[in-house]
Amino acid sequence: MNLSRKWLREFVSVDANDKAFAGAMTLSGSKVELTHDLGAEISNVVVGRILSMERHPNSDHMWICQLDVGRDEPVQIVTGAWNIHTGDLVPVALHKSSLPGGKKIEKGKLRGELSNGMLCSLKELNLDERDFPYAVITPAALLNDYKPLDPEKPSIPAGIQAGDKVSGPVVCAKMLEVMPLGDGAFHTCADIGPDGTVCPDTPCSNLHVGDLVAYNTKTDRYCTLEDLHAQQAEFPHCIPDGIFVLQEEGVKPGDDIKPVIGADDHVVEFEITPNRPDCLSVIGLAREASATFGQPLNLHTPEVKGGGPGVLTDLLDVETPAADLCPRYTARMVRNVKIAPSPKWMRERLRAMGVRPINNIVDITNYVMLEYGQPMHAFDYRYVKGGHIIVRRAEEGEELTTLDGNVRKLTANMLVIADEHRAVGLAGIMGGLNSEIVSDTVDVVFESANFDGTTIRKTALALGMRTEASAKYEKGLDPLNTLPAVNRACELVELLGAGEVVDGVIDILNYVPQPTVLKLEPEKINTLLGTGIPEAEMVRILRSLDFGVEGDQVTVPSWRGDVLRMADLAEEVARFYGYNNIPATLMRGQTTQGGYSPAQELERSLGAVCRACGYDEIITYSFISPTCYDKILWPAGYHARKSFQILNPLGEDTSIMRTTTLPSMLEILARNYNYRNKTVRLYELGRIYLPGGEDGLANEAKVLTLGAYGEDMDFFTMKGAVEAILRDIRAKDVRFEGPAGAPSDASYHPGRCATVWSGSNCIGMFGQIHPLVARNYGVDAELYCAELSFDELALAKGPDPEYVPLPKFPAVTRDIAVVCDEAVTVGALKEGIRRGAQGLLKEVTLFDIYRGKGIPEGKKSVAFNLVLRADDRSLTSEEADADVASILSLLEQELGAVLR
Amino acid sequence: MKEQLANIRTEALAAFAGAGSAQDLDALRVKYLGKKGELTAVLKSMGRLSPEERPAMGQLANEVRAALEHALEEQGKRLEAQALEERLKAEAVDVTIPGKPVKLGHKHPMYLALDEIKDIFIGMGFTVLDGPEIELAEYNFDKLNADEGHPSRDWSDTFYFDTDSRVMLRSQTSPMQVRAMETMELPIRIIAPGRVYRKDEVDATHSPMFHQVEGMVIDKGVTMADLKGTLNTVVERLYGKGTKTRFRPHHFPFTEPSCEMDVQCHKCGGVGCPTCKGEGWIELLGAGMIHPRVLEMSGIDPEVWSGWAFGIGLERTAMRRFKIADLRLIFENDVRFLEQF
Repeated sequence: MNLSRKWLREFVSVDANDKAFAGAMTLSGSKVELTHDLGAEISNVVVGRILSMERHPNSDHMWICQLDVGRDEPVQIVTGAWNIHTGDLVPVALHKSSLPGGKKIEKGKLRGELSNGMLCSLKELNLDERDFPYAVITPAALLNDYKPLDPEKPSIPAGIQAGDKVSGPVVCAKMLEVMPLGDGAFHTCADIGPDGTVCPDTPCSNLHVGDLVAYNTKTDRYCTLEDLHAQQAEFPHCIPDGIFVLQEEGVKPGDDIKPVIGADDHVVEFEITPNRPDCLSVIGLAREASATFGQPLNLHTPEVKGGGPGVLTDLLDVETPAADLCPRYTARMVRNVKIAPSPKWMRERLRAMGVRPINNIVDITNYVMLEYGQPMHAFDYRYVKGGHIIVRRAEEGEELTTLDGNVRKLTANMLVIADEHRAVGLAGIMGGLNSEIVSDTVDVVFESANFDGTTIRKTALALGMRTEASAKYEKGLDPLNTLPAVNRACELVELLGAGEVVDGVIDILNYVPQPTVLKLEPEKINTLLGTGIPEAEMVRILRSLDFGVEGDQVTVPSWRGDVLRMADLAEEVARFYGYNNIPATLMRGQTTQGGYSPAQELERSLGAVCRACGYDEIITYSFISPTCYDKILWPAGYHARKSFQILNPLGEDTSIMRTTTLPSMLEILARNYNYRNKTVRLYELGRIYLPGGEDGLANEAKVLTLGAYGEDMDFFTMKGAVEAILRDIRAKDVRFEGPAGAPSDASYHPGRCATVWSGSNCIGMFGQIHPLVARNYGVDAELYCAELSFDELALAKGPDPEYVPLPKFPAVTRDIAVVCDEAVTVGALKEGIRRGAQGLLKEVTLFDIYRGKGIPEGKKSVAFNLVLRADDRSLTSEEADADVASILSLLEQELGAVLR
Repeated sequence: MKEQLANIRTEALAAFAGAGSAQDLDALRVKYLGKKGELTAVLKSMGRLSPEERPAMGQLANEVRAALEHALEEQGKRLEAQALEERLKAEAVDVTIPGKPVKLGHKHPMYLALDEIKDIFIGMGFTVLDGPEIELAEYNFDKLNADEGHPSRDWSDTFYFDTDSRVMLRSQTSPMQVRAMETMELPIRIIAPGRVYRKDEVDATHSPMFHQVEGMVIDKGVTMADLKGTLNTVVERLYGKGTKTRFRPHHFPFTEPSCEMDVQCHKCGGVGCPTCKGEGWIELLGAGMIHPRVLEMSGIDPEVWSGWAFGIGLERTAMRRFKIADLRLIFENDVRFLEQF
């Protein structure tokens, strides 16, 4: 919400500068986002009067002007614009001036002639024709500016003279006299050769004595480019652009341009919270400013003279069959309207608040909406068939073309304003094109209504057309505001002389709101806030916001639908007592025991061990693309593909909730790979979202995911990290097996992946990512991942450690190397060694696998280091040898592994 | 003989002192004190002396032996020390050669910030709650006093899983307030960090998924002054002692009175600069006294109990904490970024 401080000053006198104003308003609850000084960029730009003009001796298109800028001496400025004349008042950017956009102007020479500044166009002042409709420039086709498109074939001869025929009734005229009439038009006289002299008035502003111009003898008008069907390139200087010639009253040379163009205002941009639609208006903010600065609020009661022709009830009939969606409908009529631009002060205020001026009637509706916060609409009475307005639900499939030219297809839960035959407006959102105010509108109906906020919101949302009006309605407006607003509109019509207001008001009240009355309980308020604010101060604050206070009865004003109970009153009191005056205390009361749950402790320790292993933590999105399941080669129909699907996702890529963390990890690995990061090790403890939770929600299981590639990374490096994690949590009964035959195995290299078990529970899977999957992610290197279920890790977690006495007797170590078939796994050999031992074996460690010279094809030599020890004595060599012999015999018998 | 002993003594001591290595010294030991050594030879000839001469000569011989042994030991120590010194000298390294790398992993900066926050609150007796991200609109909205018409319920703002708008991705961690009120014994002090989701396109300050930390206290006699005191303490722990804060009125459906808390801009110290958009303050979190209707809806009597709650955006906290300029870095997970923390 933008607020013009000039407009605000009409209701409350606040002198604070922008920063102080913004600070105080923010602290009382109206958060200021920004403040702008509309004229901040403009300096040393003044009004000048053109005293004389002469053609530039070294240019075919420039003029040298002498200007009165309120100084003793005239100032010379060179310009290329053709729409100016002696006597004109124009904006002059003097030497060392600045213009919007940071443009700096300094004196200089233009083709040898001194220019002490610049004459400004609308655009150079950051304005356009909507701000100053009178400044539209209409150029005539000057024949002395003619440049043939093809120099070989000019359509107008080079030496054309007054009276020469151009085409048809169009002849060449030579300007003898040009006199501005002050309203943008010119009185002229021109020589048309043998036929004598013509003296038409013209809106064309680029004519000067001596110019040759195309003149239509039939219509007695100078021709524009359009009239001649000419292209701009043929008349390069006859353009609808030029200097902004002022038609303002009471302006004299030397005046600062800022107040003249309304750039002397300051605009404050507020963030208004949805509970305060009353603050989406100048008056609402004025009330807050009044309470904030302790200045009186000067409200104005609109006065309408009326007396327009006819009797309102004969002219207009309003019916509200959809009464439940329309608590109130207020309307008045204005007749014999003269559509015109609205006055400068109104245009300036609209513009300062960010609204484009259109015409007086439309501008009035916008002005009232900004001032009162009550959306208004104006219908052209001609198109309200039968003078009968019906507020009803739309027919299913009914169509309405709204003011923006779009055809809207409506449904039965939308509210329309209709006449007897068709809809003429979408209630509370936008009017219909069929009843738009146009230049020949004669009679106008002003609507100032109150509609159901939810219906407006849903309709606006469904049609994708949130407007100023709908944004206000959807928050719930004060039904008591419709009447003052419509009266204000009528008052403005009279003030602007825009039409005749018909006496009387049509006012349908379908719902009469009862004021909220609350009990003022100062001790409860102080208890909630932790303050000791005196009751009298509370009463003062509430009254400053127009709450009625009688004894302990507080009557909430109609525009404060957000105030319903004691806590709401407490907030009003606190806002103006000052949040920063409330003391800061530490909590008393029962102390509570803080801390982490066992699961949270486990999360922390898992993270710590991953980092100790060199893995960096990542955070990935919970939603993925459905194509991710294809990319990781999950077979079609695999039940784990069934995912929670977002019905209104931002895009396909973020449309389903992941049931596996693998795609997220692969995406991040691939991104790092593309960034040419050489060695990457990552982990994430993230959730997956499996259908089938309580209440139709998900089972949000956590997964510890590792991902890595690069130097020193292979299956066994990844296995080492997995083992470290399991060791850290003292996982019970751990074992590694090949893939378990699940459909999700397809994501991994079939010969380089494994499942991890604790007893009969599968904790997860790890290994090299299948090369095809890696390729799907654009990576041609080996990627390794592990996916470990957090819940399974928690189950596998062993008890706290218990001290085991250190060995008292020395151990005997023996190295053995056995030769066996390739198919015999190290795991099986180890297991065999364990079983073959006779109670003395304490440790088995693999230290070498050898294939090649000396070992037959299809066989391998596997070497282990054995540690043997008795707890109660020193072992003899013989005892150790007996154990080793037993081991070797078992290996040979069961696994065909023989001592090398 | 006396002369002989004296000569051996003089000669041997001089030889010992001149020994340049442990081997040389050992050879000298053999030469003088060995079984066939010179002193031994003298001692062996003692038998030829008269019984009168023997004691005196014996004593002298023993003195010489003791002197030689002592000198031998001393010289041995000296040589050992010298050899050690030389070895250490030879073993000297170039200390500017880099150490053998130990690759340590890094915690994500956002979780670093979260852990700081958790530690602060745990120290104040809070427990940490975890809850569902796929949540019922009932918890995310209804029971937080954001009724049917509330704009944040729009499909343009919130992600839904069913056409009835019943199951959604939570848009805030606040439903954890309701879940805590429904399941926990009073009094309650909790924080609930986690992922939240809103329909915002990705840019330098927005992401459809981000993180919040919710906090809530319910007890008898809890006041807005307590809210201020507690949050001020938290901010001082996060941003340093003496960090200035201010509280501004704001609006949330589930708190009344509601506020936002700003910290004074760290860049300009409150004067106003581009970082704080000229305001001198940077918005940190939203908070307020729990709305009596919210308490009632969860079966807690607002006449007896009161409470306060806050919600803080984690990404922004981490970005400010580590001066990270672009939110996208948080979710990009480039190791060159991650390994800075």
